Amino acid sequence: MKITEKEVRYVAGLANLQLEEGEVSRLQADLESILEHFDKLNEADTSDVAPMSQVLFDAGDTATLRADVPAPPLGNEAALANAPQKGAGYFKVPKVIER
Amino acid sequence: MDIASLTIDGVREGLRARRFSATELAAEALRFAQAENPKTNAYLHFSPERAMEAAARVDEQIARGEELGPLAGVPVAVKDVIVTKGVRTTCGSKLLANYVPPYDATAIVKLEQAGGVILGKTNCDEFAMGSSNENSAFGPVRNPVAPDRVPGGSSGGSAAVVAQGTAVVSLGSDTGGSVRQPASFCGVVGVTPTYGRVSRYGLTAFASSLDHIGPFGRSVKDAATLLGVIAGRDPADSTSAEAPVPDYSALLDGNVKGLKLGLPREYLKDLTGESGELIARGVERLKGLGCEVREIGLPSTDYAIACYYIIATAEASSNLARYDGVRYTTRAATPETLADMYRKTRGEGFGAECKRRIMLGTYVLSAGYYDAYYLKAQKVRALIARDFAQAFEQVDAIVAPVSPFPAFKLGEKVDDPVAMYLSDIFTITGSLAGIPCMSVPCGKTVEGLPVGMQILARHFDETTMFRLADAFEKAGEL
Repeated sequence: MKITEKEVRYVAGLANLQLEEGEVSRLQADLESILEHFDKLNEADTSDVAPMSQVLFDAGDTATLRADVPAPPLGNEAALANAPQKGAGYFKVPKVIER
Repeated sequence: MDIASLTIDGVREGLRARRFSATELAAEALRFAQAENPKTNAYLHFSPERAMEAAARVDEQIARGEELGPLAGVPVAVKDVIVTKGVRTTCGSKLLANYVPPYDATAIVKLEQAGGVILGKTNCDEFAMGSSNENSAFGPVRNPVAPDRVPGGSSGGSAAVVAQGTAVVSLGSDTGGSVRQPASFCGVVGVTPTYGRVSRYGLTAFASSLDHIGPFGRSVKDAATLLGVIAGRDPADSTSAEAPVPDYSALLDGNVKGLKLGLPREYLKDLTGESGELIARGVERLKGLGCEVREIGLPSTDYAIACYYIIATAEASSNLARYDGVRYTTRAATPETLADMYRKTRGEGFGAECKRRIMLGTYVLSAGYYDAYYLKAQKVRALIARDFAQAFEQVDAIVAPVSPFPAFKLGEKVDDPVAMYLSDIFTITGSLAGIPCMSVPCGKTVEGLPVGMQILARHFDETTMFRLADAFEKAGEL
């Protein structure tokens, strides 16, 4: 077995996802079959290539950096407009620190 | 005016001959789109105010005798993962059901500067994750060609509106085939440009090293014109490229004699049935147009699905971390602690496919698995890119299928996520290499379902791809 239900719960914790019991067993089965397919990669000989983390083109290291020009930011009101809860110019969340 | 079959040129001629004004066209296009939408659920919401303002600007330009932009007055639809200032952008997710962006994506700014009229936002799989549009929190889209079938995904709505005639052209996004596959299923043209050709600023991030904005049209020329408008370097996206943007539509001369085309033997062995027969007929037509066709090898193809689903989910798990109930999503009711709020908001908010991919991505990046999965996948990605580079030493373009099968029935594949992933095999390879690729209609099955042919070209050589597709299209129905 590639992944257990216990590991599914652990990974869900890392991802900040609350799962129902039914979802845990379903995800365990899905991930198991997907991870089995991933084993195919072990057959590939990658001894002579470097990892490709980006589609690279022939350009200098700084060719794609923009000029560092100050511009007005979004502004407090616009930034908060979609917040589920806000107050006094801030995003409000449940209490983090007990006094 | 036959609104459902309008082209960009048709709009331009109509405006020039004063057969209609831009505001008249926009009003009629909105009315028609709203009346037809219940048949497909392709639009999630409309933006009539914004459309009428854009159209009024075009009419003012006409009144002043100014030169018009390449999209002047053209009704356009936009996939709901591309942000529009003041117009709701849901990404097909419950989490963003009420999200109204405070800024426009660069592609949106360019589209409106060119005179485009945005009618509304189109349905899609949640956060662009899916191949059938059945993962939208706002219900699936029906294929306009066959209403009991899916339109493909994830840009199902954007493909459907163009096929249905409720927009002239549209924008979608493609990470592993999300423009090409629905274009194939709905019988329209869909284009994934070179990675970096179009700014991703304002495209909601799914997998940043693979995400593209791409156009749909009812003709190659219309899709090419739209790409020309949105392409180019953007200081707001450091991965957008400096490369000059040719005037694509002006280069469509219909002459492809002597063009060298490659057929990947690894793709053809997996392609059976009617889709295979239609692609074979398409290839014969290309030979008839004077192209030289030869078999080529893309030996790393077998590893592509695993490679893609590791890289894409790893990037997605990181990009989707921002939907946490603090800044712009909905929030779970009555959380007890901050951590509780994150977990409940995300657990209640994300649909099953997003959860599956977040879990997979988090797993492959987690301690002890990173080298075996993520690093290995990045190396395999280099192999796949090398396959293409070597192939393009011998040929000018590659011809391939888009999907192993035509549009399937709604609900037919929802219970088998692995089978759904495997069906992306022909489109993800080009995405991993970052090369331009597109789907062009290549006939219909006996049942009348469209099949698309894929054309892939060298980095930044969209011109060859468009010229080939245009010549193919001009040769008439297959």
